[in-house]
Amino acid sequence: MSRALIVHQAAPGVTVQDLGRPGYLAFGLSRGGASDRLAIHEGAALLGQAAGCAVLEMAGMGGMFEASEATRIALTGAPMRASIDGNAVAWNASHFLPAGARLSIGPALAGVYGYLHLGGGIATPEILGARSAHLAAGIGQPLAAGARLPLGPDPRSETGLTLDPEARFAGGTVRIVAGYQTGLFEPDEVTRFGETVFTRDARGNRMGVRLNPEGAGFAARGGLTVLSEAIVPGDIQITGDGAPFVLMAECQTTGGYPRIGAVLPCDLPRVAQAAPGVSLRLRFVPMDEALAAERRADEALKTLRRRITPLVRDPHDIRDLLSYQLISGAIAGNEEE
Amino acid sequence: MTDRSAPDTFPRIGRVGLDGLLVSFGDRLTEAGNRAALAFRAAVERAAPDGIEESSTSLVSTFLRMDALRTDPLAVAREMQALLDSRDWYAEPLPEGRRLWRIPTVYGTDLAPQLGEAASAAGLSPEAAAAEIAATRVRVQTIGFAPGQPYLGELPGHWDIPRQQALTDRVPVGALVVAIRQLVLFSVSTPTGWQHIGQTAVRLFRPESDVPFVLRPGDEVIFDAVERDAYDRLCKCGPDGGATCEAIR
Repeated sequence: MSRALIVHQAAPGVTVQDLGRPGYLAFGLSRGGASDRLAIHEGAALLGQAAGCAVLEMAGMGGMFEASEATRIALTGAPMRASIDGNAVAWNASHFLPAGARLSIGPALAGVYGYLHLGGGIATPEILGARSAHLAAGIGQPLAAGARLPLGPDPRSETGLTLDPEARFAGGTVRIVAGYQTGLFEPDEVTRFGETVFTRDARGNRMGVRLNPEGAGFAARGGLTVLSEAIVPGDIQITGDGAPFVLMAECQTTGGYPRIGAVLPCDLPRVAQAAPGVSLRLRFVPMDEALAAERRADEALKTLRRRITPLVRDPHDIRDLLSYQLISGAIAGNEEE
Repeated sequence: MTDRSAPDTFPRIGRVGLDGLLVSFGDRLTEAGNRAALAFRAAVERAAPDGIEESSTSLVSTFLRMDALRTDPLAVAREMQALLDSRDWYAEPLPEGRRLWRIPTVYGTDLAPQLGEAASAAGLSPEAAAAEIAATRVRVQTIGFAPGQPYLGELPGHWDIPRQQALTDRVPVGALVVAIRQLVLFSVSTPTGWQHIGQTAVRLFRPESDVPFVLRPGDEVIFDAVERDAYDRLCKCGPDGGATCEAIR
């Protein structure tokens, strides 16, 4: 039997994800893919493989996993408590997962979506050109205990590397641009929107995230609904009760609520990773500034691999210190752990 | 291009997020605006200009997704404006290759519990409402919201009934629902504010098939009335659910 990841236990929101399925908007299918696309790139950089490799996305909580054969893994996105056979392992790092060892991934310590990357990537069959589950469209489903996910061939062997992630797990300010419907709102309301502190509501999923304004809600001049038009991830709909709803990876492709603006793609991971109760501000920026920011983020993705450093283990973090052979043998310094 | 001062004239081009352009042919649904949006998208697909990654239509607009980092969005917008100015899009014909579908439908019963409510809102008896919908040949105006899901119309004026304030928890795949002079045939199971008046056995989204999306904009559909026992049989005959199609010439 070929290499596989065996799922012994999975929290309710664990799905296979990748960069999604662009190109099907005309057929009513949104791109989907990982909620935090930056985390996909970070994991690919840590394992030295293509960003197109499919991974596990874990919403709030992971599960218990085992590899049928020795496998490299990397952990990115929302930091979660993780251990291999009971020994804590670092987040934002790559590790060696021996055959038969138990990888346990507990609740998120900050943020929402954690990611488990596997050397060679998850090799489930592609559907419409991708492996990601798109729950709203009925493609794939959350993983359940007993699942066995095939893994692709992995020509590489390096592990024990780490990456300092871009901070995005505690809310903050995200940049937004005006769109063709921003003018449906009074200029004073648009200004107030940009100055309001929002709290991420408990309601939120891969389709969208609701934000609660501090103070009064917002309303378009023309009333509640407008003609149904194309919508994209990042669009900010103002729903019936005046609260904004930021559309995420698995959003529908058309919608009839007025949109006050749209979050920049490079800032969308910050919205995805805002846990319920966290504060966010949405700041309008001019289009040229938005494009410059997006270009910088795109450049940063290309240089992620240069930011990788060896994982230095703090003896305080090594619970099984006494079981290590500390003095015997020659150490070259680049062995796998 | 910038939106706050945009005049209320059509067609016009606006920005959607960082990398989207919306070419709008109206602010309400019209048959000519729908044709214009379909024809403009077809022209963009034929021209395949640099910097356009993907296009789609909704009721009376064409959406264009640009590669904003590798092309100049303003230059793409200017090129699209030139295409827009090149002819009268409202006078363009419907797309080629359209088909007429007949989809067996159970009206009312426990399968579609809101026929009575919707009929009453349209000022009809449930029987008259079902007969009228079954006799109306409607056109796919757009595919959207969910994969392969059509918005069809246009129904007579008395069907201009509002969407419900409170959402129905979940309608099944194949549900035929009505509001605002349109029908929607659900391709996924989802909550909705539209009223559930009929049930079909057709699956419009088949992700693992060679033809994952069944209907196309411009196709026409007749929702033929069938009895409950016929529907139960059709449920067992695969994803078509008894639907048939022929070319429109």
